Amino acid sequence: MALQLKEYTSVTEVAGPLMIVEGVEGAGYGELVDIRLSSDEKRRGQVLEIDGPRAVIQVFEGTKGIDTARTRVRFTGDPIKLPVAREMLGRIFDGTGQPIDKRPEILPDAFRDIHGAPMNPTAREFPREFIQTGISTIDGMNTLVRGQKLPIFSGSGLTHNELAAQIARQAKVLGEGEEFSVVFAAMGITFEEASFFMKDFERTGALEKVTAFLNLANDPAIERIITPRLALTTAEYFAFELGMHVLVILTDMTNYCEALREIAAARSEVPGRRGYPGYMYTDLSTLYERAGRMKDKPGTITQMPILSMPDDDITHPIPDLTGYITEGQFVLSRDLHRRGIYPPVDVLPSLSRLMKGGIGGERTRDDHANVSDQLYSAYAEGRDLRNLVAIVGEEALTDRDKRFLEFSDRFEKEFVTQDRDEDRSIERTLEIGWRLLSILPERDLKRIGADYIKKYHPAYKEGAKEASDKE
Amino acid sequence: MVKGSISKIAGPVITADGMKGSQMYEVVRVGDERLIGEIIELEENRAVIQVYEETVGMKPGGVVEGSGAALSVELGPGLLRMIYDGIQRPLEKIKEQTGDFIERGVDVPSLSRTEKWSFTPVVKKGDKVESGDILGEVPETEVIRHKVMVPPGVSGEVLSVAKSGDYTIEEMIVTLKTESGKTEISMLQKWPVRIGRPYKEKLDPTVPLLSGQRIFDTFFPLAKGGTAAIPGPFGAGKTVSQHQLAKWADADVIVYVGCGERGNEMTEVLEEFPNLEDPKTGKPLMERTVLIANTSNMPVAARDASIYTGATIAEYYRDMGYNVALMADSTSRWAEAMREISGRLEEMPGEEGYPAYLASRLAEFYERAGRVTALGSDGREGSLTMIGAVSPPGGDFSEPVTQNTLRITKVFWALDASLADRRHFPSINWLRSYSLYMDAVEPWWSDEISSMWRELRDKSMALLQKESELKEIVQLVGEDALPDRERLVLEAARMIREDFLQQNAFHEIDTYCSPKKQFEMLNLMIEFYNRADDAVSRNIPAKDITDLATIGEIARLKFVPEDEFEAKIVEIKKALNEEIRSLVDKYVER
Ligand SMILES: Nc1ncnc2c1ncn2[C@@H]1O[C@H](COP(=O)(O)OP(=O)(O)OP(=O)(O)O)[C@@H](O)[C@H]1O
Ligand SMILES: [Mg+2]
Repeated sequence: MALQLKEYTSVTEVAGPLMIVEGVEGAGYGELVDIRLSSDEKRRGQVLEIDGPRAVIQVFEGTKGIDTARTRVRFTGDPIKLPVAREMLGRIFDGTGQPIDKRPEILPDAFRDIHGAPMNPTAREFPREFIQTGISTIDGMNTLVRGQKLPIFSGSGLTHNELAAQIARQAKVLGEGEEFSVVFAAMGITFEEASFFMKDFERTGALEKVTAFLNLANDPAIERIITPRLALTTAEYFAFELGMHVLVILTDMTNYCEALREIAAARSEVPGRRGYPGYMYTDLSTLYERAGRMKDKPGTITQMPILSMPDDDITHPIPDLTGYITEGQFVLSRDLHRRGIYPPVDVLPSLSRLMKGGIGGERTRDDHANVSDQLYSAYAEGRDLRNLVAIVGEEALTDRDKRFLEFSDRFEKEFVTQDRDEDRSIERTLEIGWRLLSILPERDLKRIGADYIKKYHPAYKEGAKEASDKE
Repeated sequence: MVKGSISKIAGPVITADGMKGSQMYEVVRVGDERLIGEIIELEENRAVIQVYEETVGMKPGGVVEGSGAALSVELGPGLLRMIYDGIQRPLEKIKEQTGDFIERGVDVPSLSRTEKWSFTPVVKKGDKVESGDILGEVPETEVIRHKVMVPPGVSGEVLSVAKSGDYTIEEMIVTLKTESGKTEISMLQKWPVRIGRPYKEKLDPTVPLLSGQRIFDTFFPLAKGGTAAIPGPFGAGKTVSQHQLAKWADADVIVYVGCGERGNEMTEVLEEFPNLEDPKTGKPLMERTVLIANTSNMPVAARDASIYTGATIAEYYRDMGYNVALMADSTSRWAEAMREISGRLEEMPGEEGYPAYLASRLAEFYERAGRVTALGSDGREGSLTMIGAVSPPGGDFSEPVTQNTLRITKVFWALDASLADRRHFPSINWLRSYSLYMDAVEPWWSDEISSMWRELRDKSMALLQKESELKEIVQLVGEDALPDRERLVLEAARMIREDFLQQNAFHEIDTYCSPKKQFEMLNLMIEFYNRADDAVSRNIPAKDITDLATIGEIARLKFVPEDEFEAKIVEIKKALNEEIRSLVDKYVER
């Protein structure tokens, strides 16, 4: 190790979040750079490219105030590392990993490269453990399992924060006492939004199980590139070295992607779709793939990124590339929200790809997959009919159609809608599902096996009538 | 060997000086960790190199050493049941060395040097052999007999041959007297990945590649040696379709390339395949499978390599005379890797930033598919079928990767988000999809299943087409306003869609449907339609027909096991007869 690091004062160019240093010797690609401004302020950067003696550096805290005359630069010879320790639980850091909770510095147990390394697919174990979130649209129709990466696709002004906080509060694996530890990373969200989460954690006494990294709206944008990596590095340490079950909430990924775009633009790279860099898919995957479960380790990382879809457009590159990497998505709908429905989860475009392994007889209930499929197809049909009614009027509908229409209305009111602290068991969710399905003619329940109809359909259950009347 | 030094590092692409004497596509070792790279541009002294591993920490001045050889794969017994990374390093071995996370700089051979294989010669001293001739056989797995072949470009007279027995892949098993002297042959061969392996002649595909998936086999068939594309937005079902093909396609060998996709999807295959039985052989599916995994977060340059590695291994088994199927999920990630590297080279970007050579690279890749007469004097045939998933941004098929792929592939399975949203799986749009192998595979269906196959299929398509026209009318006036005969068309089309086309990959029985069962199911549905149409023309109300109990029975046929469905169909036909007769009695005066 070189003990004496050479200091350069040869900054020749500053452009956007980038700065160029000339005459550099022995600096490595990707390494951490310490920068000292003429005001003596300290900043950090990372080498993005080296061409002979010329190094391109991205400056995390922004380049404001950096001058070409007196700025001093040192190449540390190391990739960016985060000091990690168990005592990070219950602590709050800024977007670069400095404590901001007025408590002492962390005494590190280890230092970890924030970029992590890809998990070997042969070391992974396919996630199958059902997480009950107490939310019907999730547990019943888009089941989350431990070790999954499942984002919330939202829009500005929708209730994604409430939903995420509710999930964090209620998530549990049935039959296990152990709760999730939460690693929370904020990228460019407002102070109010961040404090909503922190207060919610505090209110439920969960704060000592939370580690937060906060880059807020008024913090430097480029910092957002490292904030989620700090969070995931911490999560990996907790999960795979300390054996914890970690839930990582990353919000708002849209701000992260904007920062990525800003760097690409500053480097005058050939842009990909809608101005976002062509490597955004790869870049996002180096975050999202840091979730999972391993054969030889007890802990797990479950990821719940939140992103706001610009213009509510799911084909926008940010939700699009995310959906191509994550294992499904919860999509929030402005239409449901306007109609006062919470949580406004639109089940049709929502998906949990790992659902099939996490449900069924031993995990939830034997009829779960069938009920979910049937709810999907019935609701889709009801929604189509709603559009039809808008054109031809309800009179043109057949009797059967009318029942599907009633089904989808009540589905939104009774199945989708629930209180912000309503924690429904999976049995309760399936029971509501059956109650709604019984609106439909039995012969239309094609997705459900005959034996399950006998076993669970309210019409075949004794005393079922009274029970549903009470509701 | 050439030795140069690093001058520039930009992500996965580095530039090195002092490289005069190197060749295009030569493999080089970069830096102190001797990371593997490949030369992708050469100009005088200067080489541009794509590095197959993470380049963080590399410095200008670092050593770059040529190898004299192009990027190659190792071929020989031991490929099957393996999972490799994009440059054919066994992931299990990497795990032994670096643990649960993949660190860089691991150097492990692709095939074991110590494992012994039981070799039985089929040639003897004095035999004259040519390229591709089989020298001996090795039972590689329970289902595949590995053929040890004379390498391309080699021929001569057998001077000596090893006795039956156990050998490692490096031990010499045959010595040939060739024009230039003597050539010793072991079970290990190497082949440069970017060059297709030679064959004698390409033949037209004639036999379907059956997958037990109804919409594929009956509606849009693929042929052995053919090419297919599955484009679709995220979550529409590309991977599930590819997994279904890998599981149930009646190929001898499967090469599955996970290119830039999820780690868990590879894990899923690794967990599932050893426990799934091949319907053809009754043996675990893993026995015929090779996996190549370059997950999305692995180095991007190796994504490009993974496609070629897969194709070369697949061709090798094709050359032995096997029917091989290769799935690539997703070719869009490969194209994006090309775009990223091209961007770093500051090449002139084409459409949407993709390099101008995107189309030709795709064409070259799919051109490696085909039914062929392999090298060798026995005239054996083999085939390589290729199925590529495409992930168009925003699900928009007009983008360059989808368009350039469709220009080459002969089968188009168009996935549709609106079908996936309502859980119609496989969510393949029956009106947009097509197969150009209909005529080619018709004789097979006609000989093996029924001469009515084509007619049945075309009639079903016509009903679906008619349905979509009627639906437009229904949108304006409601279904009640349609005449009875047209309401029956809607009912029949609904039956085909829901009870035939929909197929649940995760249902124990429905996951695989034999061609015979496919035919009988559809036959029954069309028979139902014909009977019903006839009844309606005799003034029986459509309403009464759509209420028939047999409709429910037909819907459940897909869940009836293979050994019971024929009896079930007889039963249903009988019930249908009776139901229709009682309607006739009710409405039609004699
Ligand atoms: N044939 C099928 N039967 C049952 N479910 C299916 C079928 N095909 C797809 N699905 C469902 O759709 C989900 C998404 O499918 P899949 O993972 O194959 O999508 P994809 O097109 O590969 O998406 P991406 O591009 O993001 O990888 C699956 O997890 C499964 O729930
Ligand atoms: Mg996929």
